[in-house]
Amino acid sequence: MSLKAEHINYIYSAGTAYEIAALRDINFEIPDGQFLGLIGHTGSGKSTLVQHLNGLIKATGGQLYFNGEDIYREGYSMRELRSQVGLVFQYPEHQLFEVDVLSDVCFGPLNQGMSKEAAKERARAALRMVGLGEEYESRSPFELSGGQKRRVAIAGVLAMEPQVLILDEPTAGLDPRGRDEILDQLAALHREKKITVILVSHSMEDVARYVERIIVMNQGKILYDGEPREVFRHYEELEQVGLAAPQVTYIMHALKASGLDVDENATTIREARETILQAFRKE
Amino acid sequence: MNMIEASRVVYEYAHYDEDGNIDEIKRAVDGVDLDIQKGDFVAILGHNGSGKSTLAKHLNAILTPREGTVWVDGKDTKDEGKIWEIRQSAGMVFQNPDNQIIGTIVEEDVGFGPENMGVPTKEIWERVEESLKAVNMVKYRHHSPNKLSGGQKQRVAIAGVVAMHPQCIVLDEPTAMLDPNGRKEVIRAVRALNQVEDITVVLITHYMEEVIYADKVIVMDEGKIIMQGTPREIFSQVEKLKSCRLDVPQATLLAYELKQAGLKLPDGILTREELVEELCRLKQNT
Repeated sequence: MSLKAEHINYIYSAGTAYEIAALRDINFEIPDGQFLGLIGHTGSGKSTLVQHLNGLIKATGGQLYFNGEDIYREGYSMRELRSQVGLVFQYPEHQLFEVDVLSDVCFGPLNQGMSKEAAKERARAALRMVGLGEEYESRSPFELSGGQKRRVAIAGVLAMEPQVLILDEPTAGLDPRGRDEILDQLAALHREKKITVILVSHSMEDVARYVERIIVMNQGKILYDGEPREVFRHYEELEQVGLAAPQVTYIMHALKASGLDVDENATTIREARETILQAFRKE
Repeated sequence: MNMIEASRVVYEYAHYDEDGNIDEIKRAVDGVDLDIQKGDFVAILGHNGSGKSTLAKHLNAILTPREGTVWVDGKDTKDEGKIWEIRQSAGMVFQNPDNQIIGTIVEEDVGFGPENMGVPTKEIWERVEESLKAVNMVKYRHHSPNKLSGGQKQRVAIAGVVAMHPQCIVLDEPTAMLDPNGRKEVIRAVRALNQVEDITVVLITHYMEEVIYADKVIVMDEGKIIMQGTPREIFSQVEKLKSCRLDVPQATLLAYELKQAGLKLPDGILTREELVEELCRLKQNT
């Protein structure tokens, strides 16, 4: 049970003067239940890549396997794939359209062929997962705050009970609390439901805090793939390709360079705090 | 001299039920006083729905106050005869660059504002040139805006405002939709406008790292100003900021946590350089 990419290529406008390779020789395997961060600057291919994972874009070369099955083989049900691999687009609240929150979240399950009652049950469960109580069900989605709208949109995908949840910049434009609420709920969902979560993000701080593995994209290729502390060790190279490490990484490297005996690979505030305190206790 | 002054400003949005009757009135700005000096760099912080964007729209007369008064360069924004002068002295940049660009070539887009104001052709070109220089986009002047990155587009939008020779620019979350690089480019351009061109800047943002260079920080919550001061004064109050749904810069947060754990660090550390320096000093003294 996993998502596996083998030599994925994607070329826009192949055979014309405008030919651009958006993805080049992408290989990875994402085991069940992983919390993965996908980072890269604008235009690095990360959004193109996630659209491959639920079959919205078909690779111009290479294979993609979901649960061991080649999704490009003849007769493979893309509809089934899309209900198993849920994709939450950027600014998903722009896609809300129903008169009330509950109907909006029911749309996916109803589309999957569920009965009205069963769909409502799914929708209610999904709304609870994103922290929206009963009192929101009958409200118009357009009257909610930005963060609440976004949670309704995420619930719309969760209601289809996907095994893999992909979110393309789910916190863009939210205030700090709204951002923390969404990320904390995703972390809880990942823990409790054991689903695979793929988080596409620009924020190195968020990625360092939540994910167990990072894939860095650059110019359509995978530049790094590993644990956050491994990946952020290359902070100088990351800067050269227009990315950065979390602020903490820079502080730790500067401290180390000034002679403090700290673990320079700490990437979160909590890790940094521990290693700095330890350095001071040693005296 | 005051660039912008506001006195007891109140603004309300009405919410209508299905029959068109008002069923709820929301006070988005509630008794705000402001005093922004010429040449200042002022940052306004606040969570979504705190009233900061509504307040910003008062600063160039897109909205006028229900109660109280706003003066831009001494002119009352309620005075309809002065509205074009006001908008010319206080320009505005919004969140989404795609909604602000109209030209098919960068230099035409930047020239639109001055042309609309009736500036002579020769001077329009001079203004386009200097504005693109100010945001470091001269080499893209013949490009099509829709081939640019988000940060580049946003800088073109800023150049379009600069070309109108405003005394003040109000930016409403100009970096919210950009990646880290685009964010850096835009903030660098905004700081240069303030320091080199001496344009008054009002920057509304969620990103605390963008605020540390401001002369003054204003924090809004529920339509009111709840804190104001220098970045150092504001960010010394970690608990209070957290309680109004805001963050502090990472270096400040780490310093705060270390202090809680017993290290004798000073309040209000803002940058990573300061934190490193203070920790090294502390280490030498132990």
